Amino acid sequence: MSTSSPSSSTSKSAVPALAALAAALVGIAIAFAFYVAPEDADQGISQRIFYFHVPIALTAYACFAWGAVKGLLLLWRKDERYDLESYVAIHQGTIFGSLTLLTGSIWAKASWGHWWLWSENQLVLFLVLFLFYSAYFMLRFSIEEGPRRANISAVYALFGVVLIPVSFLAIRLAENIIHPTVFTRDGPQMSGVMFLTFCIAWLAMSVLAYALYRLELLGKRLDSNLRELRELLT
Amino acid sequence: MSYLGDVATLARKDLRLELRARDTLPAMLLFVVSTLVVFHFALPEGADEVAAQGLLWVALVFTALLGLARAWAPERESGALEGLVLAPCDRSAIWLGKAAAVFAFLSAVELVALPAFALFFGSVDAATVAGVVLASIGICAVGTLLAAMAAASRTRELVLPLLFLPLAIPLVVGGVGASVSSEPARYLAFLALYDAIFSILCWASFEYVVSE
Amino acid sequence: MIGPEGALQSVVEARKLEKRYGSKRALRPVDLALERGGVLVVTGANGSGKTTLLRLVAGLAAPTRGTLEVRADRAELGYLGHEGFLYRELTAVENLDLYGRLYHVPERRERIGMLLERFGLWQARTERAGAYSRGMLQRLALCRTLLHEPALLVLDEPFTALDAEGAGLLDTQLAELRGERTIVLSTHNPERVAQLATARLALT
Repeated sequence: MSTSSPSSSTSKSAVPALAALAAALVGIAIAFAFYVAPEDADQGISQRIFYFHVPIALTAYACFAWGAVKGLLLLWRKDERYDLESYVAIHQGTIFGSLTLLTGSIWAKASWGHWWLWSENQLVLFLVLFLFYSAYFMLRFSIEEGPRRANISAVYALFGVVLIPVSFLAIRLAENIIHPTVFTRDGPQMSGVMFLTFCIAWLAMSVLAYALYRLELLGKRLDSNLRELRELLT
Repeated sequence: MSYLGDVATLARKDLRLELRARDTLPAMLLFVVSTLVVFHFALPEGADEVAAQGLLWVALVFTALLGLARAWAPERESGALEGLVLAPCDRSAIWLGKAAAVFAFLSAVELVALPAFALFFGSVDAATVAGVVLASIGICAVGTLLAAMAAASRTRELVLPLLFLPLAIPLVVGGVGASVSSEPARYLAFLALYDAIFSILCWASFEYVVSE
Repeated sequence: MIGPEGALQSVVEARKLEKRYGSKRALRPVDLALERGGVLVVTGANGSGKTTLLRLVAGLAAPTRGTLEVRADRAELGYLGHEGFLYRELTAVENLDLYGRLYHVPERRERIGMLLERFGLWQARTERAGAYSRGMLQRLALCRTLLHEPALLVLDEPFTALDAEGAGLLDTQLAELRGERTIVLSTHNPERVAQLATARLALT
């Protein structure tokens, strides 16, 4: 099992460039969402939030999936390096998941007048996932650092990714017993510009997540290298 | 098939241990009945039977948690888990044997809980029983693995419920749906799906939970 | 084990073997080679990594750096750690029977009986392990370790808690096995096993 951390100059210099790109894209996305895209007569501000809410949700899913992939690689290849990558991906996923809940709540208030809607399947799913991944951190930080912790975290990450579709199905089924009258919200009919705005926001969120991922990974690796050096010197 | 033989050996060991110690099972029985009594007082006047059905599932999930918290206790006392991991048997057999034993205990508790529930709150139909059986499989499969994860943690009693509850949510949905809905088959099928998917995942990944 | 060219292959071979838990160093880089039938005695102060090394050899821990080759699979390996791996609520016989089944020991009952007698536990065989004294538990753990006649024995401070009689029994047992089996053992008391040792490793 090797622990080489390739902090080569290429991966270090990529981070500032990524951060700049992310900032630029987010700026463009906000500009499009608030100024360029046509205002929907019914929804107003909630429409604007929606441009971010769904991309943020999709990005969160992607982060969790990425974390699970890295976890699987850890279990398969037994390379310690994947543990940190899996952890950081899940950390980002949790952040974006919290943002999903936040933007979703704002959207719900703006659209329906309630800060929370049990009928919104996506929101409920994220609530369950939020609980699940919060427990990930509780678990991880209560186990001593080492291969055992890495293995357990990886297995838990895999459980998470399997839970996503299973929970979604459960929530769909639950609708029938909890809310017999099903709220059908007609998704906004997206015109060309709306769709473009949506795509820009999605790209922006993805790049932002990736930039944050690389940044956090870099920071944590430096930290662990430093600790290792310190240990060697004592 | 020595795999099944190993599973049987391990499950038998757990049953024997519980029969000797007699601590977990009586506690679970008392807990589930006490919980049902608490629910009677927690339900406001005029609450319908449907709401009560939901409470059966709350009682079952939390009683299961009580049992799961103790599932790996004998192994922890003597470090025996490492002894089992060192044995030539497949590591997944350790999980399966333990999960089977936990299922036996949980079923014994349900044999008391369901009639008690029927007595306090109203009848229990075949769909409910089927739901309970199917959900119990999922609870035991997933719970046993999560309990092993928690056993590696400093804060094991605290962390097990946190790990277990999000994964139990689909089971509760399936179980309540089977009791309450006019189409129980759909919910029972969902429970079977959960059991299949998560059992396979547990079976494949347990090795990594207990080894480096 | 004879290799393809007829040369003796080592049962345990390690090169720059190192173990870390996060940034905490548990075992400094170590080299060793132990041939079949050899007896390796590992010594060192507390915290020098004796237990870590033995756990690595047994397969309970994975190396952080370096290489470790152990040419024995789980069925051929007998490990005795600080904890006995014994269930308190089961009797001595039931404990050994459990492990006997898991290791597919042939003529299980006879073998269990023989070991219990050899280690002076026959009289107490139907008592719960929880009722045993520390010394008796250690003897029972030794029975468990030897039950399946492992080719490679990894013993972490096996003389711990043994009284004079128990230690004598272990001495006899080790002398019997030496040459036939490969043994790695750690001890605070190297003089005791000086005669046995074919190789020594002092950890710092």
